[in-house]
Amino acid sequence: MVDFHGWSMPINYGSQINEHNCVRENCGIFDVSHMTILDFEGEDVEQFVRTLIANDVKKLSETYEGLYSAMLNDNGGVIDDLIAYKLENGYRLVVNCATRGEDLKWISEKAKNYSVQMEERDDLSMVAIQGPKSSEVLSNCPAPIVRELESKKKQQGVYGNDMFATKTGYTGENGFEVILPHALAVGLWRNAIKAGAQPIGLGARDTLRLEAGMNLYGFEMDDSISPFECNMAWTVDFSDEERKFYGKEALTRILKDDKQYELVGLMLEERAILRQGQKVYFDADKELEGLVTSGTYSPTLKKPIALARIPRISAKSCFTEMRGKEVFAKIGSPRFIREGKEIFKGRI
Amino acid sequence: MSDASELRYLATHEWGRIDEEGILTVGISEHAQDLLGDIVFVELPDIGMELDAEEESAIVESVKAASDVYAPLSGEVIEVNEKLLDEPEIVNSSPLEDGWFFKIKLNDASSFENLMTEEEYNATCEE
Repeated sequence: MVDFHGWSMPINYGSQINEHNCVRENCGIFDVSHMTILDFEGEDVEQFVRTLIANDVKKLSETYEGLYSAMLNDNGGVIDDLIAYKLENGYRLVVNCATRGEDLKWISEKAKNYSVQMEERDDLSMVAIQGPKSSEVLSNCPAPIVRELESKKKQQGVYGNDMFATKTGYTGENGFEVILPHALAVGLWRNAIKAGAQPIGLGARDTLRLEAGMNLYGFEMDDSISPFECNMAWTVDFSDEERKFYGKEALTRILKDDKQYELVGLMLEERAILRQGQKVYFDADKELEGLVTSGTYSPTLKKPIALARIPRISAKSCFTEMRGKEVFAKIGSPRFIREGKEIFKGRI
Repeated sequence: MSDASELRYLATHEWGRIDEEGILTVGISEHAQDLLGDIVFVELPDIGMELDAEEESAIVESVKAASDVYAPLSGEVIEVNEKLLDEPEIVNSSPLEDGWFFKIKLNDASSFENLMTEEEYNATCEE
């Protein structure tokens, strides 16, 4: 067990690699109750959330549908990444626990100018059920909302009997995230395990998200990194010209700046794992450099992979020095696995 | 390999065992493999290499971190466990037997006595 921002959490329940493979091949269950859940209501709630985050919740057509977004500061830096869900009378934001303090400070300050109420839902737990067999597992749990969930698309959700369930996740597999009162969470956990799900710790959660090319706050991004530099450009919605959101002006300036970095995937054929903070280079002079944001051994590909923030150049490979040797990596898309299959595309 | 032969340790979590006279088999402790988590790569020394006591001699890389393996005592590397190159997970499943790293011909066979006993080593792990 480790102290994870005040939460006592397991790195693994047994073997991290077994847990990882279980999610890719079967079904895993994660206790992600450390995530901070914030509910918003009030007369100005839509306008407020549309101003607060860089993606536009206006495009959520269904209640309980979710949208991935960044919350930006005035310089266009990422304060946090989050999922915004549409509720019947407002919105729910699920934000990171590591950034909870900064988030609450920022949001409370901005909310002062709006007729909006925020409630932190520390009465709720959050459980993720992920993997190709997650539907099977959930259908063996005695929860009536499950059948309804079947017909939903990715990112959509349902609510009933105090359970809020959505087709979202942090693994690159099909699956669900369920937000529910603590007492019900224990029951769901036990039932899911009876139905064949295996508990998964923080270690495999990290290797799964890294294979899926999903960002981790404090690694791929922080408040000095713009969404364009951490593969989050697709989450910034400029389509409504009338809409103002924090960071928009800065982003408009940054868009014209050709010195921007970008997030790429690295794949290694060598027996060496790149780790966060290592520098990568593109030519012998080491004139330009990039930075490894996360690196691991990919249990699915059985080779080292990494995410790195590098200058926008057309290099196909880079190298780093490890233990006195040069180690080369292929540069490509910042995603490696989707639904159990390799999707990494190296530059050609 | 005889289970009966005594394991001696370095504070940096390597064990050594005299399996043949004057020859030290080296591996990492049960505690070390547990701390490291799933091991994914192992780099072994070259045969013939002369190692000093507590010199870096191998590298073990797990999902969590890369870690040096130190030679418990000085001597010449005479055999390495090449099986670990393809199946590094053996270090997790059998750190004290099948997961040995290398064998050294000791410069001084009596130096074995300088290593920590299991009891002494366990006490340092609890600190």
